[in-house]
Amino acid sequence: MKGMRSLDFDAAIVGGGGAGLRAALQLTQSGYKTAVISKVFPTRSHTVSAQGGITCAIGSDDPNDDWRWHMYDTVKGSDYIGDQDAIEYMCSEGPQTVFELEHMGLPFSRTETGRIYQRAFGGQSKDYGKGGQAVRTCAAADRTGHALLHTLYQANLKNNTVFLNEWYGTDLVKNQDGVVVGLIVICIETGETVFVNSRATVFATGGAGRIFASTTNALINTGDGLGMALRAGYPVQDIEMWQFHPTGIYGAGTLVTEGSRGEGGYLINKDGERFMERYAPNAKDLAGRDVVARSMVLEILEGRGCGEHGDHVLLKLDHLGEAVLNSKLPGILELSRTFAHVDPVTDPIPVVPTCHYMMGGIPTNINGQAINQNRDGEDEIVEGFFAVGETACVSVHGANRLGGNSLLDLVVFGRATGKYIQQELRQGVERRRATESDIEQAMTRLTRLNESGSGENVAALRSELQNVMQNHFGVFRKGEFMQEGIEKLDALRGRIAKVQLEDKSQIFNTARIEALELENLFEVAEATAIAAEARTESRGAHARDDYRERDDENWLCHSMYFPEDKRVGKRAVNFSPKTLETFEPQIRTY
Amino acid sequence: MVSRVTNLGRSGLFHWLVQRFSAVILGAYMLCILGSTLLSPEMDYAHWQAVFDSNLMRVFSLITLLALCAHAWIGMWTVSTDYLTDLQLGTRATFIRLLFQAGCALLIAVYMLWGIQILWSI
Amino acid sequence: MLVSIYRYNPQTDDKPVMRDIEVEIPGGKDLMILDVLELAKRKDSSIAYRRSCREGVCGSDGMNMNGRNGLACITPLSDTVKPGQKLVLRPLPGLPVIRDLVVDMSIFYKQYEKVKPYLINDEPPPTIERLQSPEDRAQLDGLYECILCACCSTNCPSFWWNPDKFIGPAGLLQAYRFLADSRDTATAERLAGLNDPFSVFRCRGVMSCAAVCPKGLNPTRAIGHIRAMLIRQGT
Repeated sequence: MKGMRSLDFDAAIVGGGGAGLRAALQLTQSGYKTAVISKVFPTRSHTVSAQGGITCAIGSDDPNDDWRWHMYDTVKGSDYIGDQDAIEYMCSEGPQTVFELEHMGLPFSRTETGRIYQRAFGGQSKDYGKGGQAVRTCAAADRTGHALLHTLYQANLKNNTVFLNEWYGTDLVKNQDGVVVGLIVICIETGETVFVNSRATVFATGGAGRIFASTTNALINTGDGLGMALRAGYPVQDIEMWQFHPTGIYGAGTLVTEGSRGEGGYLINKDGERFMERYAPNAKDLAGRDVVARSMVLEILEGRGCGEHGDHVLLKLDHLGEAVLNSKLPGILELSRTFAHVDPVTDPIPVVPTCHYMMGGIPTNINGQAINQNRDGEDEIVEGFFAVGETACVSVHGANRLGGNSLLDLVVFGRATGKYIQQELRQGVERRRATESDIEQAMTRLTRLNESGSGENVAALRSELQNVMQNHFGVFRKGEFMQEGIEKLDALRGRIAKVQLEDKSQIFNTARIEALELENLFEVAEATAIAAEARTESRGAHARDDYRERDDENWLCHSMYFPEDKRVGKRAVNFSPKTLETFEPQIRTY
Repeated sequence: MVSRVTNLGRSGLFHWLVQRFSAVILGAYMLCILGSTLLSPEMDYAHWQAVFDSNLMRVFSLITLLALCAHAWIGMWTVSTDYLTDLQLGTRATFIRLLFQAGCALLIAVYMLWGIQILWSI
Repeated sequence: MLVSIYRYNPQTDDKPVMRDIEVEIPGGKDLMILDVLELAKRKDSSIAYRRSCREGVCGSDGMNMNGRNGLACITPLSDTVKPGQKLVLRPLPGLPVIRDLVVDMSIFYKQYEKVKPYLINDEPPPTIERLQSPEDRAQLDGLYECILCACCSTNCPSFWWNPDKFIGPAGLLQAYRFLADSRDTATAERLAGLNDPFSVFRCRGVMSCAAVCPKGLNPTRAIGHIRAMLIRQGT
């Protein structure tokens, strides 16, 4: 493109949340010219909303705690489609990574002995499920994500990372060899479009919870990285796996941490019954999130929901006492007073399962390198392209993520990816520069939008999309109903492609950004829908009325959604950890 | 760290302490004068002169005068650097501020010298 | 309801204007101001403002609502306007406006960076975490929770007058967060960097910052602590 500026970096990291900042820190410290491109000022990223903590066997609560037990829990939590080599890496590297965060200054809560405070979370056990509830989630009150994100941003300031704040990536740029060599970026403040040329492009763009009408996710979680990857023709893995968090505040969707149940809170139905005792006799309210969310929906469907419409249940915390609530869950008190008009010190909080986390994403290996499949179904590394954090699927969460594992995922793989790229850069990778036509190719979408004539309104289309996803691909799914949803999405595609951009001005034009985000939401929604319909079983967060059982014979594997022909393929799960025996699939009960 | 020639090379802490100490002196002096006025019902020239004839009172007045000057200088300097800034006045700010500060300095110096002269002419 | 919004697009407008827009509040609910703005944006997509988490933890949507700074996402209508009154939305005062409700926060961030907002401890760390007693950790409560929304600094007259020299309540709160951290060893260096007539001492203690902090923090108190540390060190 004539007259278009280009910026050169060794590594360009798209996204300023926990994963992006951790990767950036690693690279900046090694002296490589690294830029973090973030559509919001980094501390506004969604990591800031994480509450409960970061799960990791640091041996503070129990000196005999073992990362292998954490690994067992994670494999079981994933309903056995988490890659065991990746889970092994995350759980064993975890303690070192958490200690590094503490050394950077993260203000963890403390125990009497001065160590990091840990609390109980769902799905945690000792001794491979035989030793009862574990207490393994490291916490900074109930603001762990905030503390972690600010600490990482501060560490990057200390090391002089280059920040392109409020710059928005629109599409990947590939060179003639099909290698990723950067991306097109808009500076939101001035409206200038720039080509960022980089030897390593790292997506740390977070989740896409905004494809659902009811979500705990921030308004910015629009799956921008996934949208870009899918448009560039790369597949996404296990994208049908969406976690519904049991305790989103009814009506508002804001999150109440699982830590509130870890501290002793529990769920009740309209009869005041602690119903989780029926569904998960051992773990009760601290069963896996998928299990708790489904139990809640069943209670509601069977007429035991609370409120005028019987459409939610209650989270009881008052028995913990004001002192504990003030010291351990101060943020929750604030949120429920603001959004539920309820004071948890005296009254239970109305809650309902709410879309929370995307287990799927861009398939990667432990080094964060994006993976594609060749014609024979074999793995192939995508040169120059990396993904970390929620937007990636390493896969450590499989079909269901355990609470506290997302923050760990961010920092462990952010760091690992940074280390790998550092090594690759040191060996000296050289790639052919993008030609003008390569860049023009990547600009097609933006150009089309900027020249759009009459069409429909962004907000209206977005609501429609979100409602289709909410109604047809929620906690419980059904084949014919999903097919209907897919048809509705199909009809939406053309309308979204012709969306109207009324405001074409340059300076801080949020309307343009929202229109671009809408297309990304659509890409993710469509991938989710098609992959969900294809997986004919119930596993983890994916629960089907028409296929109620887990089908290990056919589906003990990752799903791969290929955007070019909208095909769903399969990819083998890794069952070969390096240092210990395979955890064989078992029936999953809590 | 922000420093300027016109702050007389002193730290913010020094300014802050001077403001507080000088305020205490000014307060004490005021109480002293007020007390002596109230305690002597017949306030005439002779009495007034007697009060200021003692060396103790002269020294106290002198210290108060110096405290007043210091207090006024820091106060006016602060006011000028709050309101007469580039942000408020553009590029002319430095000139206007310096002019203002010079005026204040001159006035304060005149008051101080005049005050000393008065005190020792009693 | 009638919403009056500060509108300015430097590309097309010579000067800012307050423009009214009628927004229907569904069912007369007590919405958050951010929800009202989202409804307004559905009618006029050119209204520019920042937003992200919509639950008061990211600090994006600091703005001035009927004369008071706060976060639009956790400020309900009922706290802002009386029935029949107009909702008036303006950008945070004292910072340059980029467009509509979006302000240029560079100077605010620069002041934050000036206080070296990161832990300094050059001793080699232990193989586990550095230990810290719960009492020492408690010193950080009321400090580390800052979300950098700038509601406080843009409500501070001293920051309006000297945004380039006075660090402002938000930055000073973070300065004290590290001064108070038992793991930080750079106390003397940090204090030396603050001991000029502007950085800390322009605080007049009017408490405008604490009055508007959406997280209920009290920067004035933190500034008092810094001043006390400077006095202890300098006398």
